[in-house]
Amino acid sequence: MKRVFADINLKPNLNDMEQVRQMALKASELGYRLIALSMPASFPLSLAEKHIQKLRETCKEKSVDITSRLNLEPKTPRELLQFLRKWRRKFEIIAVVCESKAVARQAAKDHRVDLLNFPAIDFHGRFFDKAEAELASKSQASLEVEIKPLLTLKGPARIRLLSVLRREAAIAKDFHVPIVVSSGATNPLLMRKPLEMAALATLFDLDKSSALDAVSKNSLAIVNRNREKLNPRFIAPGIRLIRMGKNCQ
Amino acid sequence: MPIKTRRRYIALKIDSSEKFEQKEFLDALWNAVIRLFGEYGASKTGLALIGYNMEKGFAIIRVAHTEVEKVRAAIASITEVAAKPVAIHVLAVSGTLKALHRKFGAGHQRQSV
Repeated sequence: MKRVFADINLKPNLNDMEQVRQMALKASELGYRLIALSMPASFPLSLAEKHIQKLRETCKEKSVDITSRLNLEPKTPRELLQFLRKWRRKFEIIAVVCESKAVARQAAKDHRVDLLNFPAIDFHGRFFDKAEAELASKSQASLEVEIKPLLTLKGPARIRLLSVLRREAAIAKDFHVPIVVSSGATNPLLMRKPLEMAALATLFDLDKSSALDAVSKNSLAIVNRNREKLNPRFIAPGIRLIRMGKNCQ
Repeated sequence: MPIKTRRRYIALKIDSSEKFEQKEFLDALWNAVIRLFGEYGASKTGLALIGYNMEKGFAIIRVAHTEVEKVRAAIASITEVAAKPVAIHVLAVSGTLKALHRKFGAGHQRQSV
């Protein structure tokens, strides 16, 4: 079966609708069938919905699916819980940028979190260790790796990043934590084809099939799971409302 | 008896509003390979430029068949050529030039190397 590729982390300037449109069309041209715009929690919800709706119309003829994604950057675990209570049911993907160990642990054990994202430049701020991986594997959270820093960093910084990513990928593999590779592109020139993203993922020792899963299967699994949960007919995993009897009303 | 090295031909599209000289493109390509894999790794790729069309922003390179993924990663890591922003995408990989030309038509055929 032909793979469906997804880039669930596009970061255009959300106030520039033309750039957003360009990046969506570029994604279609590069062979993606599912994309997500990363929205910060501070971005107005009504505007976010409007953007996504507009993009869905633009991308309909290109057969690219758009999904909604929120990037949370909580300072404390308490703040993370507040954010999740407020936003979880409004977005199809929730990613948490873990800036402290306490937030990372809370995010890893909360089943409402889909993606764990760590700052690329601050190597001391990457808390994806064995304990984190164990929590993440139980809550079905995935580790997200952005490609943009691999493209923009040079010299020792990139060497260090590759080394850290190699260690994290090995831990994720040991604990069966899915890895999602996304572009994190802020402009169309930082977007790469799915096979190129997979080739870059092999730089941190993912085998070819895992690298391809990281740009297709793993992202799609998150979106499908959450779409099912957000469906009004969803009751519990595997249980859906088929129809309502008279006594239910 | 030496084992014959199998080769792969890769068609590339240079995505930029600027046009680049062949030398600028080739320098960027070699620099990317050397930065990622070092001189030893680069020597194993068997990288060679087969054709370059500056106007259309197309290029064809040849690499050893075992090194295709490495070269693909190096190509993906290129963000600038001659200090101008660029993205280079792999259009197709083929075992023969003939098959590659069949895919992309006469417009992208071999020019001066």
